[in-house]
Amino acid sequence: MVIPSGTDRVVITPAPRLALDGITRSYGPVKALDGASLTVAAGEVHALLGENGAGKSTLMKIVYGLEQPDAGTIAINGTRTAIRTPREAMSRGIGMVQQHFTLVAEMTVTENVALGGTGRLDLKAVAEQIRRISAQSGLPLDPDAPVRALSVGAQQRLEIVKALSKHTATLILDEPTAVLSPGEAADLLAWTRRFADAGGAVVLIAHKLREVLSVADRVTVLRRGRTVLTASARDVTEDSLADAMLGEATASPDGIFMPRTGHAPWPEIATPAVVTLHDVVASDEHGVERLHGASLTVHGGEIMGIAAIEGAGQHELLRVIAGRLKPSRGTATLPPHVGFVPEDRHHDAVVLSATLTENVALRGASDRRGRIPWNALRETTATLMRLRDVRAQNEDVTMGTLSGGNQQKLVLGRELADAPPALVVENPTRGLDIRATAEVHAALRAARDAGTAVVVYSSDLDEVLKLADRVLVVAAGRLRDVGRDRDAVGLAMLAGGE
Amino acid sequence: MIARVLRAMLEPALAITLSLLVLAALLAASGYSVHDALLALWNGAFGSWSVVASGTLVRATPLLFAGLAVTVAFRAGILNIGAEGQLLAGAAAATAVAVAVPSVFGIAGLILALVAGTFAGGLWAGIAAVLRQRFGVLEVISTIMLNVVMLHLIGILVRGPLQEPTRTFPQSALLDAALRLPRMYPGTRLHAGVALAIVGALALAWFLRATAPGFRLRMTGANARAAASAGGIDVARVTMWAFIGSGAIAGLGGAVEVTGVTYALYENLSPGYGFTAIAVALLARLNPATAIGSAIVFGALEAGATAMQRDAQVPAGMVGVVEACVILVLLASEWIGARAGGWSTLIRGGTPSAGASLNTVPQ
Repeated sequence: MVIPSGTDRVVITPAPRLALDGITRSYGPVKALDGASLTVAAGEVHALLGENGAGKSTLMKIVYGLEQPDAGTIAINGTRTAIRTPREAMSRGIGMVQQHFTLVAEMTVTENVALGGTGRLDLKAVAEQIRRISAQSGLPLDPDAPVRALSVGAQQRLEIVKALSKHTATLILDEPTAVLSPGEAADLLAWTRRFADAGGAVVLIAHKLREVLSVADRVTVLRRGRTVLTASARDVTEDSLADAMLGEATASPDGIFMPRTGHAPWPEIATPAVVTLHDVVASDEHGVERLHGASLTVHGGEIMGIAAIEGAGQHELLRVIAGRLKPSRGTATLPPHVGFVPEDRHHDAVVLSATLTENVALRGASDRRGRIPWNALRETTATLMRLRDVRAQNEDVTMGTLSGGNQQKLVLGRELADAPPALVVENPTRGLDIRATAEVHAALRAARDAGTAVVVYSSDLDEVLKLADRVLVVAAGRLRDVGRDRDAVGLAMLAGGE
Repeated sequence: MIARVLRAMLEPALAITLSLLVLAALLAASGYSVHDALLALWNGAFGSWSVVASGTLVRATPLLFAGLAVTVAFRAGILNIGAEGQLLAGAAAATAVAVAVPSVFGIAGLILALVAGTFAGGLWAGIAAVLRQRFGVLEVISTIMLNVVMLHLIGILVRGPLQEPTRTFPQSALLDAALRLPRMYPGTRLHAGVALAIVGALALAWFLRATAPGFRLRMTGANARAAASAGGIDVARVTMWAFIGSGAIAGLGGAVEVTGVTYALYENLSPGYGFTAIAVALLARLNPATAIGSAIVFGALEAGATAMQRDAQVPAGMVGVVEACVILVLLASEWIGARAGGWSTLIRGGTPSAGASLNTVPQ
């Protein structure tokens, strides 16, 4: 925009490269975004922060045309626009490197960049273009290398080069350093600085605050779908950012957030240890080590809360405790039966096409012999439904006809039916409404009071603190006990590997 | 209850009616008399007790065995397209045993032949099962390939080790009368294998519904991850045994066909029973008891097609259109009804009572 000012002076105030205002997006009853805004100028690295589920990824998917907003406006270089597809985003100079790469492993670097092009395929020209972009941007890449032979860092460079080959001026990086070694991460962050200095704009989604502050010009913090802070990086600290991300500790009449100082063991428990892990190492399904030597003890009659950011190793920790994952090293002493309520209910906990009775019969299915006593199981199921207030026509309807809350209450009821010595629950109230959430919480407390050792993980830190008698933080595959103070736990979660 | 049964029958009835209409249109377009051709088809399938017993029911038997094989596999989340090869393996093994054992063995020799066929079918499916388990080879591809391999193996057998004594024709020796399945009704070809197939179907329905291994099989097929995580089920083991069991049932079907109908092994023993079996299983919505009915429907079509060719000079292959149309209509209705998902929902099956469905198993 050129605004004449005075007689002969011309002041140029460029419109922001990208301006989002009042963006709202709901998934069913859940508001992922609730009037979020974000402004990114040319020449800056802009960090976008927030807890898991705060809406960062959804917001960026909207910018990249992968999702459509319910309300709100997007302006690029001052012009209001609609972005319906990634192709439209690219044509407006927006590129995105997603957390999970979108590369074809069987193809070469050149072929991957050529994907999505139009007209005649000229691989030589594409290879030439890659060499030019590599040289200009300082992102070394061999155009002829097959992608399967590339390191994770090189794959990420390829994703960036792919975006740059589409004349990207605004680059969105979704947790780019999560998959990189510290050296590679430092290189990448230095590169974003150079890209911005050359007139580009970078939106950096990240978790590690120290890293963010080392490179960003400005930061925007989302909490529960709203923009709660936009500031110059110079004006914030790790502590103030953590506060903004996690929110003020809401006043709690029942003393939920009573800060506890020091590392005093909490609580003094005389009940026997039910679960004991000693120096447990565990890997994910791809063989990547996620848990590096975890030791803990869970007693009967306590709720142990696990606090962690996404991918810190809690997924594996919970499955080791639940007896669903064998440690690759170390010892796990577990009771014979551990109840388990996994977060991905539809894939891991229920069979949607089977009846409620069949779903209840699933527990212990491996030990059954001969005929299955269906009539008795029907009655068991009907009893469970009454006990857990599961709303369904009868026990013969299929699981898929129930609401998420009713499914979860039945799963919880099934896992608690034979009063297991230990229960592991993972994001137990995700997607549930307030009423169902309260019922699930009450059931977990009742199990604890009945002497069960309960382990709770939730990506919502408030839920963990609300339920837990004792809190352990998982960060970068290691366990830490920093007490129950909200700020201390929050910082420990975000600290990353030490 | 009655309303539920009627509702469950609506879709298959619709599929068959639509397919017959397509056949009628095709006949008219090809210049045949629709009336004469369909009348010949009906008479050839249901015209008299003797055509029902000797034609429809005898044709329905291998279809039922193979259909049950497909049902077991699909219910366990295995896309076994190899019932044809497994059936042929069973036929070959039964023949090999039957020509080798002395006829004084009598009924014991017959049972031995049937058992050999069952094992051979299981073994042939076991190859694909191991390939899937160990190397992640898609069973759709491996079983189709194994069908071709078995077809050529039969060609070698009937020109080599199993060729009849005169060494003239590419077929095995005729089985001794003592090693043939007994006839159940004089004057017809209705053999004891028909009863065996029906009893087998009912037993399989009971197994899936009432027993613990049957329950594990259904849960593994419907959602392998939940079966493993929530039920502690060893899904790899269940899948392996379901695959082998599926092949064994098809193999038994092949053994029954040799000892009950053809009395000899030759290359064109099966006019694609193992493939029509997929339509049989899908039309029955993967319910073994219902498969009895759908096997009879397809048995009638096959028997009627022969009569239609003889009496109305309509190529029997025309009836193949009906079979293909039935599958397409069933898949289309699933497609329309499917809320989400890909291939898995297309071939979802289940029973009105159990409501279990078929899903492909993520590796």
